[in-house]
Amino acid sequence: MIPVCRIEDLPLGGSVRLDLDPPITVFHADGGLYAVDDTCTHQDASLSDGWLEGCLIECPLHAASFDLRTGEPQCLPARRPLRTHRVSVDDGTVWLTPAEEPAREKGDAA
Amino acid sequence: MRTVTVVGASLAGLHAARALRSQGFEGHLRIVGAEHHLPYDRPPLTKGYLTGAVTAEHLALTDAQDEAELQPEWLLGARATALDLGERSVVLADGRRLRSDGVVLATGAAAVPLRGTQFLGVHTLRTLEDAASLRAELREGQARVVVVGAGFIGAEVASSCASLGHRVTVVEAGAHPLASQLGEEIGALCAGLHADHGVTLVSGVGVAELHGKDGAGSSAGQRVSWVELTDGRQLPADIVVVGIGARPATAWLLDSGLPLSDGVVCDAGGVTEVPQVVAVGDVARSAGRREEHWTHAMAQPAVAVRNLLAGTTVAGYETPPYFWSDQYGARIQFAGRRHAGDTVRLVEGSPSDRSFAAVYEHEGVRTAAVAMNRPRPFAHLRRELGRPAGTVPA
Ligand SMILES: Cc1cc2nc3c(=O)[nH]c(=O)nc-3n(C[C@H](O)[C@H](O)[C@H](O)COP(=O)(O)OP(=O)(O)OC[C@H]3O[C@@H](n4cnc5c(N)ncnc54)[C@H](O)[C@@H]3O)c2cc1C
Ligand code: FES
Repeated sequence: MIPVCRIEDLPLGGSVRLDLDPPITVFHADGGLYAVDDTCTHQDASLSDGWLEGCLIECPLHAASFDLRTGEPQCLPARRPLRTHRVSVDDGTVWLTPAEEPAREKGDAA
Repeated sequence: MRTVTVVGASLAGLHAARALRSQGFEGHLRIVGAEHHLPYDRPPLTKGYLTGAVTAEHLALTDAQDEAELQPEWLLGARATALDLGERSVVLADGRRLRSDGVVLATGAAAVPLRGTQFLGVHTLRTLEDAASLRAELREGQARVVVVGAGFIGAEVASSCASLGHRVTVVEAGAHPLASQLGEEIGALCAGLHADHGVTLVSGVGVAELHGKDGAGSSAGQRVSWVELTDGRQLPADIVVVGIGARPATAWLLDSGLPLSDGVVCDAGGVTEVPQVVAVGDVARSAGRREEHWTHAMAQPAVAVRNLLAGTTVAGYETPPYFWSDQYGARIQFAGRRHAGDTVRLVEGSPSDRSFAAVYEHEGVRTAAVAMNRPRPFAHLRRELGRPAGTVPA
């Protein structure tokens, strides 16, 4: 488990990007805290810079949108899901448990 | 409709094919492409592909899911030479006539060459082959590269060449690089990136002639040696990259009877004079405008296909233009339709830090937004542009 931040530092609509390999971002969206890989599965953009609406994050480069709950892309140009990761809160601290499955190689057919 | 032929197997053609299937077309789907490749992505050709960060395999736009869902008949390495509207056939270079109930024109654009550029070492950049041959030469050791044209293609190539350690000069005929796309102020800011990275920008001067090792002239097989500018200056060059624009690929349609005017003339929904023929992507001049941007070529075909299947225009493509450019480590994003003379207002950040977001305004109404390395506020500004005029908060 990796400490992310204090819960009060992650208000609704906010996000925290962790510079891991690959980077992971924790979002505070409607309905709770969600963590996904930060790099869009389409090409090279950071989803922490994206547009958050409900439980969807829209990529800032070509506007693919992903469901934070499942990581599934909702529209083109992304075709592959993001990895999702577990987030928990303990005594006011947000914790991240990165998924065990390895990250897919970047830049496959889009 | 039983048979639809898509002419042009690139971004817009592929997205037309995807839209045909996702909108319920169950007939025979043919995709004709002059290139020998399955559709691939062009933007990385000036960026990661030149620097080596991305390989050709990573450019593929199709995958196994497409083959299963589209069930297309690919006719690759096949050039269409005519469209016979009476017979509703696409005619190929080898004489085959492909009868079709619907035709999607997706032949894109081709790079404009510099006159008399037979010399070795002179490149344009549109296709994978173009990029591969330039990339191979860039690998042969440090070179003096002259880039002709400081538009997005030229600027990105210059940036990639500089990052590989080459000595780069960019020559721009206009006084203000990128002014037509971004306006003078922002264009000048972006052009400032060249100097930041040790690249010389010569603007307001055209190229008079290219010279080979053995003098001027267009002797094929001779290598380029220097570039003569209209003011008499001489720039030594091992490699010349020409980025002076692209022209829509409509020559094959000249005898079709379809109206052409810097592109295939169509309405806002991509429909030509003939409802069974639609135009998509870079080749389409929709409602008087032609876009040469990736996002348009990806998204507009769904609208054109909807109209094709409906047999009449039921929808227009209304999304404001959007494009991005990656150069010198900076990401530039632009959305909207600016007019000459719009005022530019800084919204966030600072141009001198190469990180800002700004809007263009015409008589108090926001027309467009631009950002450098500021994706978040840009996303916000871009969304506001989509709203009807008057609802945009000042
Ligand atoms: C190097 C490069 C970098 C770019 N970078 C960016 C960027 O950073 N951001 C951005 O927004 N946009 C960018 N673009 C623009 C974007 O790639 C284009 O808008 C997009 O490729 C247009 O797609 P299209 O399918 O309409 O046309 P094209 O991609 O031009 O494809 C047309 C296809 O039709 C084929 N064809 C032509 N004539 C015939 C014929 N008679 N018969 C059969 N086939 C034919 C061609 O061979 C080609 O394969 C870039 C373009 C290039 C070239
Ligand atoms: S990089 Fe995210 S949609 Fe293209």
